[in-house]
Amino acid sequence: MAQAITRVSTPPPVRSEPRVRLPWPLNIYQTAVGKKWVMGLTGIALLGFIVVHMIGNLHLYEGPLEIHEYAETLRDLGTKLLPRTWLLWIMRIGLIIAFALHIHSAYSLSRMSIAADQRYPGGRNYIAANFASRTMRWTGPIIGLYLFYHLADLTWGWFNPDFVRGDPYHNVSESLSSIPVAILYIVANTALAVHIFHGTWSMFQSLGVNSPRYNHLRRYLAAGLAGIILVGNLSFPIFVQAGVIDDNGRSIVEELQHGAAEGEGH
Amino acid sequence: MSSEINLTLKVWRQPGPLAEGQFVTYEASGISTDASFLEMLDIVNERLIDMGDEPIVFESDCREGICGTCGLMINGQAHGPQKGTATCQLHMRSFSDGDHIVIEPWRATSFPVLRDLAVDRRAMDAIIAAGGYISVNTGAAPDANLTPVPKETADTAFDAAACIGCGACVAACPNSAAQLFTAAKVQHLNLLPQGQAQRWARTEAMVETMEEFFGSCTNHGECEEACPKEIPIDFIAWTNRDYIKAKVKNRKLAG
Repeated sequence: MAQAITRVSTPPPVRSEPRVRLPWPLNIYQTAVGKKWVMGLTGIALLGFIVVHMIGNLHLYEGPLEIHEYAETLRDLGTKLLPRTWLLWIMRIGLIIAFALHIHSAYSLSRMSIAADQRYPGGRNYIAANFASRTMRWTGPIIGLYLFYHLADLTWGWFNPDFVRGDPYHNVSESLSSIPVAILYIVANTALAVHIFHGTWSMFQSLGVNSPRYNHLRRYLAAGLAGIILVGNLSFPIFVQAGVIDDNGRSIVEELQHGAAEGEGH
Repeated sequence: MSSEINLTLKVWRQPGPLAEGQFVTYEASGISTDASFLEMLDIVNERLIDMGDEPIVFESDCREGICGTCGLMINGQAHGPQKGTATCQLHMRSFSDGDHIVIEPWRATSFPVLRDLAVDRRAMDAIIAAGGYISVNTGAAPDANLTPVPKETADTAFDAAACIGCGACVAACPNSAAQLFTAAKVQHLNLLPQGQAQRWARTEAMVETMEEFFGSCTNHGECEEACPKEIPIDFIAWTNRDYIKAKVKNRKLAG
């Protein structure tokens, strides 16, 4: 009887050596743990933006003029030191870099994990993994595509025939009053909250922030942040649909400019 | 009170590393609930041999949960349904009469199936070979008692040292990451005074060897649930931190 076990050669590595060894500290990014570290750090930056963005958007509930002034204040940030909008652009470039690194690290680590993993024909039960942790590779691309739509819709005005540059109240109420767009915002922001729920907790592990005395608080923080972002961001499409945010198609900025032009005329 | 149960097994049979595998169904009747899972397989194998069939190949050694040789995917769970238990310590009283049990080998690209339920786990040996030891002189036996180790440190190091290297963490991980194994092996030495001399070299070498063979951790926490020694994923976080520190410190030492 053929009972002897024939050994295959040493299992082949799933990850090849980098072609070029970059100098320190770039070589940290060439490793999986290093990439995960970068993913956590860029996640903090992106999360910070999302929280500030959501809170800033609450100015919508104050009225068209107030959110317009808030938007102008952002452009005026740091004008005592730098030319107007420079500080805003510096922060935007930082966010773009963080976003690119977040996506690149996620993409390359996913490829590595997919190469390392083998399917169980009999199925594998998940006990600890939750819906959020298992859908990170889905919620991530959903957020990326949504971000592109969101910018094209409310920053560049590609999809909105009534788009008025510099009048967020008008643009938001025009865009989100369409039911398909409101549904898109609700779905995408739910995906964002799910992503944040796992990301916030995961970040602590990836960055090695772990102290058994406080570890239980990490889940509360993740749930709290995800919940606040979810409630805040979903309120906008819902309240536009409910008619709370509605400028009846009149743009405050057009009126302001019109008024200014009239004032000059007289 | 022991009783006898009848089971239907769906076992992965694969004649060799390069051969195609498939599930084969076996009826296991009259199994004592006092039998361990491996004893149940022994009984099935006895019957297979009597019928002139090839017995099911699986690995086992100590059968008391301390060697890490055994390890089966039982109904989609590494080491079966009982928490903190290796396959050999899982008893048939965890199952009921008429149960269907699916038995598979560990699956990961770096754990190629050798035959049936036995897999090649030498990728884990490579991680240990990269630095899972202390090779500086730590003195003779009496010197061990002269090195003060706080109780908490000793306890935590011992929790990590409980790792038996069975590979359940890799098997249960949706990314096939070996983070829990590597972290346990790194931290049980990194926490102790004797491990300090090689701490940063060890961390860098072991983590980078791990990355050659296994996937990337996404913090699902499946490994912690699958681990027969219930090693917490806290060690993974500490290893992540040690690794980044090592990247800085080793650079300085290298000049």
